[in-house]
Amino acid sequence: MNFLKVDAVHHTYFTKTSAVTALSDISLEVEEGEFVSFLGPSGCGKTTLLSIIAGLFEPTEGTVTLEGKRVETAENEIGYMLQQDYLFPWKTIEENILLGLKIGNSLTPDKKAYALQLLKEMGLKGVESQFPKQLSGGMRQRVALVRTLATEPKLLMLDEPFSALDYQTKLKLEDLVSNTLKSFGKTAILVTHDIGEAISMSDRVFLFSARPGQLHKTFVIPKELRDETPFNARNHEAYPAIFQTIWKELESLEPAGER
Amino acid sequence: MSPQENVKFLHQKYIQSLNREKKWVRFYQAVIFIVFFSGWELASQKQWIDPLIFSSPSKVWGLFLIKIQDGTLMVDLGYTLSETVFGFILGTFLGTLLAAILWWSPMLSKIADPYLVVLNSMPKVALGPILIVALGPSFTSIVAMGAIISIIITTIVVYTSFKEVDPNYIKVLQTFGANRFQIFREAILPASFPTIISTLKVNVGLSWVGVIVGEFLVSSKGLGYMIIYGFQVFNFTLVMLSLLVIAVFATVMYQLVELLERKLIKNGS
Repeated sequence: MNFLKVDAVHHTYFTKTSAVTALSDISLEVEEGEFVSFLGPSGCGKTTLLSIIAGLFEPTEGTVTLEGKRVETAENEIGYMLQQDYLFPWKTIEENILLGLKIGNSLTPDKKAYALQLLKEMGLKGVESQFPKQLSGGMRQRVALVRTLATEPKLLMLDEPFSALDYQTKLKLEDLVSNTLKSFGKTAILVTHDIGEAISMSDRVFLFSARPGQLHKTFVIPKELRDETPFNARNHEAYPAIFQTIWKELESLEPAGER
Repeated sequence: MSPQENVKFLHQKYIQSLNREKKWVRFYQAVIFIVFFSGWELASQKQWIDPLIFSSPSKVWGLFLIKIQDGTLMVDLGYTLSETVFGFILGTFLGTLLAAILWWSPMLSKIADPYLVVLNSMPKVALGPILIVALGPSFTSIVAMGAIISIIITTIVVYTSFKEVDPNYIKVLQTFGANRFQIFREAILPASFPTIISTLKVNVGLSWVGVIVGEFLVSSKGLGYMIIYGFQVFNFTLVMLSLLVIAVFATVMYQLVELLERKLIKNGS
């Protein structure tokens, strides 16, 4: 049985004046422990698909199952990390990272210790009683990752989590996130519009086309790249070839003259 | 001089200039205070203004001492102050509660919308006579005046701020499986604290208006009654005394709200 199975998902947004099809007939599967990326031009419904997988709303048609159970019923099994950190500015860092446990009524001393330990592993020691405002962008995004991991989700979803950061911080965080997730054996889905990020971090890349959002092609990243950290993968000799392939495929998706 | 000492020196100079500015501000504030009261006293004694109507600081002070000694000022003040505080707390609390109910049920908020607009545009003090007939000419009806004057505007302002909370905070909570009550407690309410506090500041003033008008209409006690009584017997020293006492205590209440603001809003700033 597949870990995550997206089966014939179709989603349409309705407004008073229009009906926009965001996703059309999406089917894909993700294995346990796998790291996959959703790549595509804007308007291809990546974030919609992520929200559906997270069980935030139901698709117009189709089903999403995690370990055979429909995601709408799953509780705290899916972690979701947004584009910006969205730490609660009126809560201390400690209150922020324990938020998920508090909401799920599972704030035991063990889990609290685990969350604080995670914070330490992310290189954020001694910030527990500070407020998000006092931290830099990169630090805040790491705190957001700890908050997401603290509930020990089976599946982690990252919605362009590095896009608001400067390049250097982004490269460092890619390595950190990749290593952390690998060491926990977590399954993760990364949404990005950065080809390099998709290649260097994932095992497979799903390429989406826009209007309506459709699964266009799947790329399997060569094993030698998968075993490297994201930073080293970017410098690996196999990297440019796969980058070119995906680049050309992306170009072919866009009607001439749109950019 | 080493660069470090130089920086230290410049910093000291900067602090000195800040202190100097502060001293000047305080000085001019004191000047305005003294000029106003001594000008008033002088104008009254020289008959530039009618002392019967405008009284004078010395007369007001004399009356103040008399009314402190016989204890009547304290009774009136206590009465009005408790009405205002109750009215203010009730108005803000009920307004916020209504806003929470509207947030809870989008359907209800759509239905209530035109009625809120009507209620908001209505001058609430015009309801005074009805309140007095309905609740009796008592403490209760005056508290109700103090509350009703601020309740609808509080509802509208707070509800608007509830709706404007960044939906991504709600999304974060939803991914943790939060229910609507948890979303309200963890995100909506704390995110709106700054707005609620600023409505508190407005409501301090509004509640005084409601209570004083209420006392104009019915009361036999209180600072509002002092004003209307002073007006009827043409004792404007009494009116001025009441006004000054109101000014002082309205300011104190405002300062207390600011203190509360500093306590409630903590985000490391």
